[in-house]
Amino acid sequence: MADYNAMELMICVAARNLEDGATVVVGTGAPCAAAMLSQKTHSPNLTIMFEAGGVAPILPSMPISVGDSRTFHKAIMASSMPEIMETCQRGMVDYTFLGGAQIDMYGNINSTMIGKDHQKPKVRFPGSGGANDLASLCWRTMMMTVQDAKRFTDKPDFITSPGYLQGGNSRYEAGLPLGTGPYRIITNMAIMGFDAETKWMTVLSINPGYSRKDVQDNCGFELKWAQKITDTDPPHAEELRILREVVDPHRYIIGR
Amino acid sequence: MDLKSGINTLFTDPDPDNAREFFRHKSRAMKSKLTTVQEAVRTMIKDGDYVAIGGFGANRIPTAILHEMVRQKKKNLGFAGHTSTHDFQILVGGECIDRCDVAYIIGLEARGLSASARRYVESGKLKLTEWTNGTLSWRLKAAAMGLSFLPARNIMGTDTFKYSAGKEIECPYTGKKFAAHPALYPDFAAIHVHECDVYGNARVYGASVSDQDLAKAAKRVVLTTERIISTDKIRQNPECTFIPFWCVDAVIEVPYGSYPGNMPYEYFSDEAHIKEWLTVEKDPDEFRKFLDKQIYGTKDFYEYLELNGGIGKMMKLRSIELLTDRQ
Repeated sequence: MADYNAMELMICVAARNLEDGATVVVGTGAPCAAAMLSQKTHSPNLTIMFEAGGVAPILPSMPISVGDSRTFHKAIMASSMPEIMETCQRGMVDYTFLGGAQIDMYGNINSTMIGKDHQKPKVRFPGSGGANDLASLCWRTMMMTVQDAKRFTDKPDFITSPGYLQGGNSRYEAGLPLGTGPYRIITNMAIMGFDAETKWMTVLSINPGYSRKDVQDNCGFELKWAQKITDTDPPHAEELRILREVVDPHRYIIGR
Repeated sequence: MDLKSGINTLFTDPDPDNAREFFRHKSRAMKSKLTTVQEAVRTMIKDGDYVAIGGFGANRIPTAILHEMVRQKKKNLGFAGHTSTHDFQILVGGECIDRCDVAYIIGLEARGLSASARRYVESGKLKLTEWTNGTLSWRLKAAAMGLSFLPARNIMGTDTFKYSAGKEIECPYTGKKFAAHPALYPDFAAIHVHECDVYGNARVYGASVSDQDLAKAAKRVVLTTERIISTDKIRQNPECTFIPFWCVDAVIEVPYGSYPGNMPYEYFSDEAHIKEWLTVEKDPDEFRKFLDKQIYGTKDFYEYLELNGGIGKMMKLRSIELLTDRQ
């Protein structure tokens, strides 16, 4: 048995994707944990931003809200929502993380509703918040999620935040900034990227304990496969120690 | 170029000349604007108005004003669902809102979802137009600038745009496609600040969200403040003035006024009490009793504060905020 859980693996993999000197806008929960872990391992100069205005805080604990006072504790700047979104729009923010109830093969995400009638949804979720803005304007969008065939669907009920829309060049043609879009989808089973031409979700590596069949069976659309599929490098002992002892000692996130 | 439009209703008038006509007659007098919560809500909001709330959901929110809107049974309000959490939860409890520009309304971030807000939205009682946090920020900024719209490069290509009331335009310089976000001029805004003088010259510390633009965009603005300070103090550091007096119509000193929300550098959120809201909301009858006790049964915000632990509670929340509880 592995000595880590799926959430710990996803956070460790996400953290490795944030290089030193980059900028990232995060929400509460796993993305914030990934950014904190990244800072405490290989990216001490990763700039963490929160959409309410906090920039580069020294986080004394995990924030409850992206606008609470922890998000600008000993920060470089306590700015505003338009300041953060305009920094994204200007092309100065490298990464963001999104969550959602559904995702399709082009990385389009639904966090708004299930059902057909927008005015009377069967199930209403929190909605975009800043998700659409960040997905539209940051260079690279990542997602950490548990993988199953309902969540990974070719027909999301609603597209809240843009991935590559209908694939190919459609994202840019729709008016969104050139060169932006989904970058990595990190699940409990595998790590996916997107094909350079078609923009279709493509498996890059498979997590320990899972097979190609598991990854495909738990996806509601046909996945593409990279030429060389590797084994995902599992969490290292030092990453796990920092994550458990320093980043999330109360297990708010890794205990889920 | 194929330029699309959203299919939903634009709830407010983006015409800058209509806004100018209103602002032409708004008082510029530097006179005391001190009043009470009851009086401000009674005179400044009428049924059917479109309202917007400052802060960020459960951070620096004007709780006393929100409760009083429920107590006075304000109805059929439009609402800017911009970074909204506990504020929306309170107004939905009072069934005050019938239409909403929605970016974020039913979630309380890491705490989970409001069952009551979710039922209200899923019932179809609320007319919804989709936007995003960034979009609503820019809609307020467009109004603050005295314009009818602001171009931006988000939301295009998605259902969020389709179910908005937005429009696409072609940039006259680059030929690129942009979203044209309509200016949002609310009828009424309530903002909780750290300090202001009796004229409404206000200071805010910490993340300011969209409140500077909101104070300029809204037609009528009430400030609740942790402390009234002297105008001399304002004049000593004019660069600290976040909102100037001419934006403000009413001022009320409400210490601990963001409770149960967080007030940066003052007190942290009361997570146990917010959890109580989230738990009791799951049963509509229990929630009704809870509201009777907490809001309808209290005469004002101070009774609510006393009911939930009073000054002893506030000192605990202050020690959490200042991290002195860890020593």
